[in-house]
Amino acid sequence: MKTIITSAGNQTDSAFDQRFGRAAWFCLLDEETGQTRFIRNEFADAAQGAGRKVVEKVAELGVNRVISGDFGPKAKELLEQLNIQMVIINDQATTVTDILKKIK
Amino acid sequence: MPRRKRLRKVVAPPGFRGYKPFGHRHGTREHVDLLYEEYEAIKLADYDLLNHLEAARLMGISRPTFARIYESARRKIAKAMVETREIRSAFGNAYLDKSWYICEGCHTRFTLPPSMNGRHCPVCKSEDFHSVMEYT
Repeated sequence: MKTIITSAGNQTDSAFDQRFGRAAWFCLLDEETGQTRFIRNEFADAAQGAGRKVVEKVAELGVNRVISGDFGPKAKELLEQLNIQMVIINDQATTVTDILKKIK
Repeated sequence: MPRRKRLRKVVAPPGFRGYKPFGHRHGTREHVDLLYEEYEAIKLADYDLLNHLEAARLMGISRPTFARIYESARRKIAKAMVETREIRSAFGNAYLDKSWYICEGCHTRFTLPPSMNGRHCPVCKSEDFHSVMEYT
């Protein structure tokens, strides 16, 4: 089971990024090993279609769950088709560490 | 304890994240949060030109409640214009479609794809959650 959390930076104490397609970094958590790794979002500054491209990348990584502040309409539709669970947390002040602790 | 707010049905969420004033002398000010239901109220009443009763039925709320939401939406837009503030869209008390669930404990919203094993909240593992549809 793999989970992605959108993050503003590449450390676990970074702020949780409320955006999905245009989040700066993604924290990839592998629940079997408990290890996290950070992946830069190369589509963060894309002119268009960031959400869709990110969903494709997420699917390639074999992720089953994404945690973010919101999902765009296209990303939502694709994630639904790919059977990837979407989780929305509307807490602006939270950090990646807080979320990692909560979902453990 | 105040009465729980019923969720308002929003047919389509706003197609924007916000509006920004330009050409003003003030620095950045605190933004105004326009809730999804407020956007929907403005859209139904002033764009689709429905009367308040029709609009209220569409949103699954009473006419007086619709009027309150609509008034609050207009006031927020007026405030943003007069005080040159940014408008941002925020989720508010809305539901969009039936595939979303809301956790009673931590108020996280999530989907449950058919491939998922175990029906519990992904954050607090609570099994006390409802489809957002059941709130109406």
